[in-house]
Amino acid sequence: MEIRIANVRKEFGRFPALHDVSLNIRSGELIALLGPSGSGKTTLLRLIAGLEHTTVGKIYFGDEDASQKSIQDRNVGFVFQHYALFKHLTIADNIGFGLRVRPRATRPSRKEIRRRASELLDLVQLPGLDRRLPRQLSGGQRQRVALARALAIEPRVLLLDEPFGALDAQVRRDLRRWLRELHDKTGHTTVFVTHDQEEALELADRVVVMSQGRIEQVGGADDIYDAPASPFVFSFIGESSSLPILVRDGEAFFEDERVSLPVRDCEAGPSRLFIRPHDIDVVADGGGTFSGNVTMVRRNGGGRRVELAIGSGGHRVEIEVPAEVAPAIGSTISIRPRRWRVYADAAPTGPVTTAAAMKAAEPSRAVAAE
Amino acid sequence: MARTLTQSRFRKPSVIPGFGLTFGFAVTYLSLIVLIPIAALILKSASVGWDEFWRIATDGRTLAALRTSFGLSLIAALVNMFFGLILAWVLTRYRFPGRRLIDAMVDLPFALPTAVAGIALGSLYAVNGWIGGFFDFRITYTAIGITIALIFVGLPFVVRTVQPVLEDLDKELEEAAATLGAGRWKTIFRVILPPLLPAVLTGFALAYARAVGEYGSVVFVSQGIPYRNEIAPQLIVIKLEESASYGPAAVIATVMLALAFLLLLCINLLQAWGRRRFGSAG
Amino acid sequence: MPAEKVFVPPDYQRPTESPPEVAAIPFRQRSAVTEPVWVRTILIVVAVGFVGLFLLLPLVFVFVQAFSMGFGEYFEQLSEPYAQSAIRLTLLVTAIAVPANLVFGIAASWAIAKFEFKGKAFLITLIDLPFSVSPVIAGLVYVLLFGAQGYFGPWLEANDIQIIFAVPGIVLATIFVTFPFVARELIPLMQEQGTGDEEAALSLGASGFKTFLFVTLPNVKWALLYGVLLCNARAMGEFGAVSVLSGRIQGFTNTMPLQIEAASKEFSRTAEVAAFSMASLLALLALVTLILKTFLEWRYADRLSSSAQAH
Repeated sequence: MEIRIANVRKEFGRFPALHDVSLNIRSGELIALLGPSGSGKTTLLRLIAGLEHTTVGKIYFGDEDASQKSIQDRNVGFVFQHYALFKHLTIADNIGFGLRVRPRATRPSRKEIRRRASELLDLVQLPGLDRRLPRQLSGGQRQRVALARALAIEPRVLLLDEPFGALDAQVRRDLRRWLRELHDKTGHTTVFVTHDQEEALELADRVVVMSQGRIEQVGGADDIYDAPASPFVFSFIGESSSLPILVRDGEAFFEDERVSLPVRDCEAGPSRLFIRPHDIDVVADGGGTFSGNVTMVRRNGGGRRVELAIGSGGHRVEIEVPAEVAPAIGSTISIRPRRWRVYADAAPTGPVTTAAAMKAAEPSRAVAAE
Repeated sequence: MARTLTQSRFRKPSVIPGFGLTFGFAVTYLSLIVLIPIAALILKSASVGWDEFWRIATDGRTLAALRTSFGLSLIAALVNMFFGLILAWVLTRYRFPGRRLIDAMVDLPFALPTAVAGIALGSLYAVNGWIGGFFDFRITYTAIGITIALIFVGLPFVVRTVQPVLEDLDKELEEAAATLGAGRWKTIFRVILPPLLPAVLTGFALAYARAVGEYGSVVFVSQGIPYRNEIAPQLIVIKLEESASYGPAAVIATVMLALAFLLLLCINLLQAWGRRRFGSAG
Repeated sequence: MPAEKVFVPPDYQRPTESPPEVAAIPFRQRSAVTEPVWVRTILIVVAVGFVGLFLLLPLVFVFVQAFSMGFGEYFEQLSEPYAQSAIRLTLLVTAIAVPANLVFGIAASWAIAKFEFKGKAFLITLIDLPFSVSPVIAGLVYVLLFGAQGYFGPWLEANDIQIIFAVPGIVLATIFVTFPFVARELIPLMQEQGTGDEEAALSLGASGFKTFLFVTLPNVKWALLYGVLLCNARAMGEFGAVSVLSGRIQGFTNTMPLQIEAASKEFSRTAEVAAFSMASLLALLALVTLILKTFLEWRYADRLSSSAQAH
């Protein structure tokens, strides 16, 4: 089932949770909604399910306008973050619930419902647990039961809200792999919400990165990681540092000093340079793009993390060096970015040349780091 | 004393002082005020002899009074169960002007002396009263009047046992039922009400037990005509007044007490069952 | 490496607080988890009507009747000697019964909540016992002990001690019926709070009594007040148990509730006002109790036990 979200806006009271969101989900796709809390990802999922109604905009299932349908008629499989299993029903009755509440005309027989429940239990690899009550199962088992229950109604789309959020790390990894296999086997169009980027990038065909009620970028893991569409995506996915720079006449300036950084294609004006720790080279003879004082060194698995304070503003930049290199605190290191991105600051508009004006445009985080 | 108790197997050791003093005082006080007097009651009723006990307990008037007490209390408790459930639902789920006032008012029967409730209900439902005037049949001095008084005294129980459970009920359960295709009524009957059941039954049993023992408000709405609408506590008072020996009153009281204990036992079993089945009870 | 020109929100690093994603506004349109408007309306009307008819109306009625012959008559009736004596007796009985049960409640909850011992659950059940005993039976048991034909009757008579049909009997009956109130508010709360605070105080050198006074008591003071409030309301209003024991001698052993009954049996306008004016005092007490209770629940909800059952 193809899903089309067309210019959807959602407000809670006067609080806008989603601004003008559009998204096409292909049939059979496994898609992740990724973002920090408050980004609107859960709201979007609940809108698709019909648990909330759009303030403006429409949601199409195929060619059909689902916004006009009640939640009961939408036929979506929704897996809740805390599973929402019915405590007073056995596992089999939980899974069969969606079939049992159908109107008499379309309701399968009791025997058929039982058969389907045990079939689904086999599918989620929990055979023989039909008679148990939810509280007799572990978290991971409950998660699978919740999934089986959602699948029992043969949903047109499967929606999962933070499906692994309440589980511990090991179970989480196993379930993740298992969900991917299950998806490949059943082919349901699947949307899941997560705040865990590793989960999103590893599991999903495409990732929708959201922030503050807007979609920042939609793409596969490579797109998102290698070509972040916005500073938000760059800093939200993976580790990064940033420096305020000024782009003028195709050249880059840092604290009024020209730095050797090819920025010919960049828009002129105050901008920010984003770099990842492992995309930075240390230059031995002081001929790097930036140089800074070592403020902290710590061992980090196979390598070593070095934190530098760069320029008179003391901007914090983290770099990764081989474990053999152990610079002394207070020593000066020269660095050159290997891969980077420059994003122009939005305001103020007009020609800005002075260092003072540049400082004013800095996001608060950089100031706080001084 | 406290030292020796610390070593005993009766309680686990603890650094906190005062067990001997507080435990001793509490048990002594409990014995003097409650246990010994109740033991005296049972002793007294036993002292009349088995045949006499049976004769008093199965006397027509006694049985009629017990039937009136337990029967009307059952009706009152059922009414309270039904309306109590609606009240608890409305108070937890809906927001409307005056909700807090209604919520606070529910406890009125706990705070208002039964004599005050009795005299007010008695006058309100009298043939020339504010409400009684609307009906062309008698309410006070009849079983209906007694039932109304019993509804009053038992009103808060179901509301107050169901309310916290309803508040804790995860909204996601209802959403899950909706996504699985269940309509609102099916959701209510298959998803919401089953977990409420232990709390509802507990509240029902408490309201029932309270109504069975009620005396203060009933005497204002019913004089108690033997064999017709005399309640058991009324009969106990009459037996106490008319008989020089306390035997008959003690026998009826013992029977009532036994039935009340049965109810208490039911409450405890219900709560235990609810905790086993649903993780929590009211 | 192509650089990009992208709009940067000024505070993109800091997303705002989580939105009320599952707002609990019941009048939300067409929500999946609420009822149609007409159902909600009917249920609210039924609930409000039920409370109005069974609770609010009797309460209002008491005051209307009390003042039905004007303020003058109201105060006239309340200053009658019998009325005065009933008020004094009720205050006296309450002043003895409530502190007695307060001390018991504190002792019992300390022993039960701070220690582990065998038979604890049974002890808690016994404390709740008076709730499931009819007030009439509560009165009866003391008649059986101290009445003329009772177990201690002859001895009491020989020593010229009057318990039944006198103040001590009324006090005993009142203590019986209000027995569990303080204890059952304190026990669950103190059990929940555990013994950590007390152990800390003791390890810092505080004596047992000081530990109780400065550590335990402040932790439970609102629940304690709550229990005293309910205990007080019941003590002043008890009818059944007291009526069995008092002998109903006007001006001597009639408490306020008994005086209401006495007045209600005389069929005159002034007697009716007398009954209802006395009732209005107790109704006022109930209102004050409810207001304080509501205030305590609203203000200190987290420090009161959640068990609001059987009062």
